[in-house]
Amino acid sequence: MSTQSGVDAAVGARHRADTRRLSTGRTGDRIFAGAARGSGILVLAIMAAIAVFLIWKAIPALQDNKANFITSQDWNPNATPPKFGIAQLAFGTVMSAGLSLVMATPVAIAIALFIAYYSPRKIASGLGYVVDLLAAVPSIVYGLWGLRVLAPHMDGISRFLNDVLGWIPFFGGDSPGKNSIFTASVVLAIMILPIISSISREVFLQVPRANVEAALALGATRWEMIRLAVLPYGQSGVIGASMLGLGRAMGETIAVAMVLTFVPGINIHLLEDGGSTFAANIAKSFGEASPTGRGALIASGLVLFVITLVVNMAARAVVARRKEFV
Amino acid sequence: MAKRIEVSGLHAYYGGTHAIEDISMTVEPRSVTAFIGPSGCGKSTFLRTLNRMHEVIPGARVEGKVMLDDDDLYAPSVDPVAVRRTVGMVFQRPNPFPTMSIYDNVAAGLKLNGVRRKSQLDDIVEDSLKGANLWEEVKDRLGKPGAGLSGGQQQRLCIARAIAVQPQVLLMDEPCSALDPISTLAIEDLIAKLKNQYTIVIVTHNMQQAARVSDRTAFFNIAGTGRPGKLIEIDDTSKIFTNPEQKATEDYITGRFG
Repeated sequence: MSTQSGVDAAVGARHRADTRRLSTGRTGDRIFAGAARGSGILVLAIMAAIAVFLIWKAIPALQDNKANFITSQDWNPNATPPKFGIAQLAFGTVMSAGLSLVMATPVAIAIALFIAYYSPRKIASGLGYVVDLLAAVPSIVYGLWGLRVLAPHMDGISRFLNDVLGWIPFFGGDSPGKNSIFTASVVLAIMILPIISSISREVFLQVPRANVEAALALGATRWEMIRLAVLPYGQSGVIGASMLGLGRAMGETIAVAMVLTFVPGINIHLLEDGGSTFAANIAKSFGEASPTGRGALIASGLVLFVITLVVNMAARAVVARRKEFV
Repeated sequence: MAKRIEVSGLHAYYGGTHAIEDISMTVEPRSVTAFIGPSGCGKSTFLRTLNRMHEVIPGARVEGKVMLDDDDLYAPSVDPVAVRRTVGMVFQRPNPFPTMSIYDNVAAGLKLNGVRRKSQLDDIVEDSLKGANLWEEVKDRLGKPGAGLSGGQQQRLCIARAIAVQPQVLLMDEPCSALDPISTLAIEDLIAKLKNQYTIVIVTHNMQQAARVSDRTAFFNIAGTGRPGKLIEIDDTSKIFTNPEQKATEDYITGRFG
């Protein structure tokens, strides 16, 4: 997913309504209209094809399943009879992605604001480039780094969080470890940082000069100007950027698979070893899966697809609620 | 509340470009002073030096002295943010905060100044909107977005926003150039009313407007492209439009310019 298309999606929605015009009927117009319409339909067709493929492949396995697919925490599709459910995977996916979003978004917004409004002009573009470069690091490298470099250091941090915040169930538990969902979410946070940051930065830079000057002329300091003019204008773009980041975090496979140690069952103590996600589980078990096992994994992929879709629609609803003011 | 502005030896630059050269003038309190002159002659640039908005453009700088009564606006110890809280500004294009309601637009500056009490905010918002001749039109929809008003109403909203913080001086940069004649008339009526309380400086391209609203008029001119703008003369408006001292002024107001 390219950064630019994200920006267009975030910013373009504003202008779309007034740029729609009737075609004049000239050849160029007709070709362009046809190409644009065709591309639009193609996107829908691909989405539908993915959904149909997933459902088609998943049905046989779901019919053989002897456990509740939604609520069961088992994942034994290769056993006879097969028993599997997505509860643990859904929990691991949502928690790790959610936690990474909570960690990454404030930092990403701060970086974007710094580059757009605080840093000297000369270093701003170089700085932006370096942040964007983070997105170019392959996820296997993040996985290795998470496993070899970050995880050993997470021991102390996990124990500290456990001591201080142990009264919150998520940070509770008796044996905080290093191959936990928490560690995975730190790796994910770093991975999604550049996408959120670079889209936010583009949106912040598009704040009309008139709004910025209106705030400054009222006697706003730089931070007050950002609060009055920049953040309200950029809000929907930042939400869109976060959702792109969340989508990436939920779909991230190899880095998470490398960091997490598989322990069966939902463990709400996120600092303890264990947990799994849809994508990591598919990557780990697809190779040696039986036909039913593959069907089960595809069914879990379908659930991930639906969750991502729901999250995106929820984000759009949040953005649309403020439409009157945009 | 209104203060006198005294400018001496003021130069303004954009990077290496010398935009205005050696301007000195006095702007009297509780009066309207109009700046007229051809495009690019530095009227707006000069206006923006009066509340230190010029320097928010990267590379822009100012030399010289601007006194607001006894305070030097460009003294090293002076915070430009504090200057802008005393010298309000209205822009060429109405620029209400697009994501804010009418009420919040007017209250924005007050909140910056630490006014938090709802009843106090309510009172000042109502007074400011009344002061900007907008209250009757918006009192039933204060929670609606400011961007939903007509252009003329938006401009009066911006004036309400500027006067809500009770500035000493109100600067207006071609406030009517994006408005229709009826809205322009509404703003001109408003200027006549506001000058009882504020020192007003208005940049305008419309000489009839300068003649209608101002007590004093300053004529700016430019010797040629790339040359800095200069103040040619400043005098009572009636004198400038009937019997100016300078030939250039007369040429400009009679349309024989260039």
